[in-house]
Amino acid sequence: MTSQLPLAAAPGVADAQRTPLAASDQRRRAGSRRVDLAYYVFLVPALAAFTLFVVAPAVVGIFYSFTDYAGFGTWSFLGLSNYQALLADPEVRGSYAFTLGFAVVTVVLAQVVALALAIALTSRIRFATGLRTIFVLPLVLSGIVVAYVFSYLFSNTLPAAAAAVGFAPLEQSILGNPDLAWLSIVVVSAWQTIPGAMLVYTAGLSAVPADVYEASSIDGASTWRQFRSITLPLIAGFVLINTVLGVKGYLGAYDVIVGLTNGGPGTETRSVAMTIFSGFTGGDFAYQMGNATVFFVVTVLISVVQLLLTRGRAIRL
Amino acid sequence: MTALQAPRTTAAADPVDAPGPSRPSRLHRPSWSLTLLLALASLTVLAPLYVTVSMAFKTSEQSVDGNAFALPAPFNPASFAQAWQVTDFPVALAVSVLVAAITVALTLLLSSAAAYAISRNWSKRAFRWSLYYLLAALFIPFPVTALPQIQLTAALGLDGPVGVGILHAMFQLSFATLLYTAYLRSVPIELEEGARIDGASTVQVFTKIVLPILAPMNATVGIFAFLASWNDFMLPSLITSDPAQQTLPVVQNIFQSQFGTDYNVAFASYAMAMLPTVVVYLVAQRWVISGITQGAVKS
Repeated sequence: MTSQLPLAAAPGVADAQRTPLAASDQRRRAGSRRVDLAYYVFLVPALAAFTLFVVAPAVVGIFYSFTDYAGFGTWSFLGLSNYQALLADPEVRGSYAFTLGFAVVTVVLAQVVALALAIALTSRIRFATGLRTIFVLPLVLSGIVVAYVFSYLFSNTLPAAAAAVGFAPLEQSILGNPDLAWLSIVVVSAWQTIPGAMLVYTAGLSAVPADVYEASSIDGASTWRQFRSITLPLIAGFVLINTVLGVKGYLGAYDVIVGLTNGGPGTETRSVAMTIFSGFTGGDFAYQMGNATVFFVVTVLISVVQLLLTRGRAIRL
Repeated sequence: MTALQAPRTTAAADPVDAPGPSRPSRLHRPSWSLTLLLALASLTVLAPLYVTVSMAFKTSEQSVDGNAFALPAPFNPASFAQAWQVTDFPVALAVSVLVAAITVALTLLLSSAAAYAISRNWSKRAFRWSLYYLLAALFIPFPVTALPQIQLTAALGLDGPVGVGILHAMFQLSFATLLYTAYLRSVPIELEEGARIDGASTVQVFTKIVLPILAPMNATVGIFAFLASWNDFMLPSLITSDPAQQTLPVVQNIFQSQFGTDYNVAFASYAMAMLPTVVVYLVAQRWVISGITQGAVKS
């Protein structure tokens, strides 16, 4: 320790005092030496690429949101007027309302179904492996292709079936119905994301010891009571992880919507992502970068709130 | 993986448990009613896939009769040949393979190397903060950076498959580095120390010792990156300027504008677009499932 450089000494000692022996050994040795240049060679490419392709574009984009840049040519500063205009823009507000509403409905639907499937698949059933194979399938399929298939079913098969049983409200394609089109997006998004959530729940459920259930059933607990008092508290962390990941995914929804309604009818089902992308062809570059910045803040806030809720509750495997 | 093997282990242990207590509880008998219920529920997955395949084998005339669930009569495999031509399938497939290969290779290479440097210098602030810096991307959805990224890739001449692969890798980077770092920090350092005493350099330690240790993580990260890249529509549709260099999911949009009622051709094309990942999934199911589970649980 005496040979250590003065600067490296302090954190090294502090680390050594509060870590287990083996780890502190390794830390002290690492801390006492100058860092091998090779480590920088390993680290820098990732940092450089990430900075160039993600961070720099984000910073440049946020910068342009304070200008009147059209995506080409000259520009001048506007201050906050893009943001003021955004807040008053009914199309932008509509896209946020749709996206948030769609995300909430879909995450609830997907989590309930995923948890039910996970519980059923980890119960004592026949053909558990084969059934799981089927239920996971949507996960490996491309969202846009799935959406095209469902688009056909919604606009041809469903109306035909509705006509056959004489159910008038569904005899027209729901994709063209301003009140119902969003439902098709909920269904397909859930269809596609349920398997991932289901697998996480399966992992969570398998960590719950079986004897807890046996003990409670000897005590006469009903299945519902077991679910409420044992299963749910023990997998609460997984519920929150799934919800955070799910909401983040649904907020950025694009592929499925393009494949089903392309934002229509009108702009009823236009997500925030679709509105932002319109800035590239519509000449509203700076304006939509303001929208993107707002969207960034909104998603971070939602994620942070959810993560604060997960804090300390997540069960690690 | 441990998580996924767990249910099987408990199930396997049951026959041993069951004879123990005096009466076999109802928990120990496989439930046929629940199995039946699940089988019915699985139709929600199978039905759209059945429609895709059956429509693909229909004739144009039959494909517009509105009865999606009817079996193809007559059986018409010619739709596939048409779809193959219309979408220029071999080209789109090659582009998709190229994009996915770049994504997986870049993700594995950049993140495993960075994670190694970070985990072995965790006491150094610069390395620790590098991880936090990379993790910031977990909070940056693509729409936020999309417009400037489109400009950047165009300016660099990367407005094609290579640029798409690079950007796909960038969005995997934070997640992959996090997984690798967590994994490496749990791996004992003794092996590496031994090699160092024998005179191995940091680079040699990484390639000879660390990379083999990382093999299971490579599978997880690789599958995750492959599926995300292969199935994506948003990024290639925005970044790639030349329609002839589009990926398999993107070229499917041709059926939205042309070939209006040739549903059989469209569905044959959808089926061909779905087939590669379905085959990969069925062949490497264990890896896919454990990869997805680990990836999601550890995030």
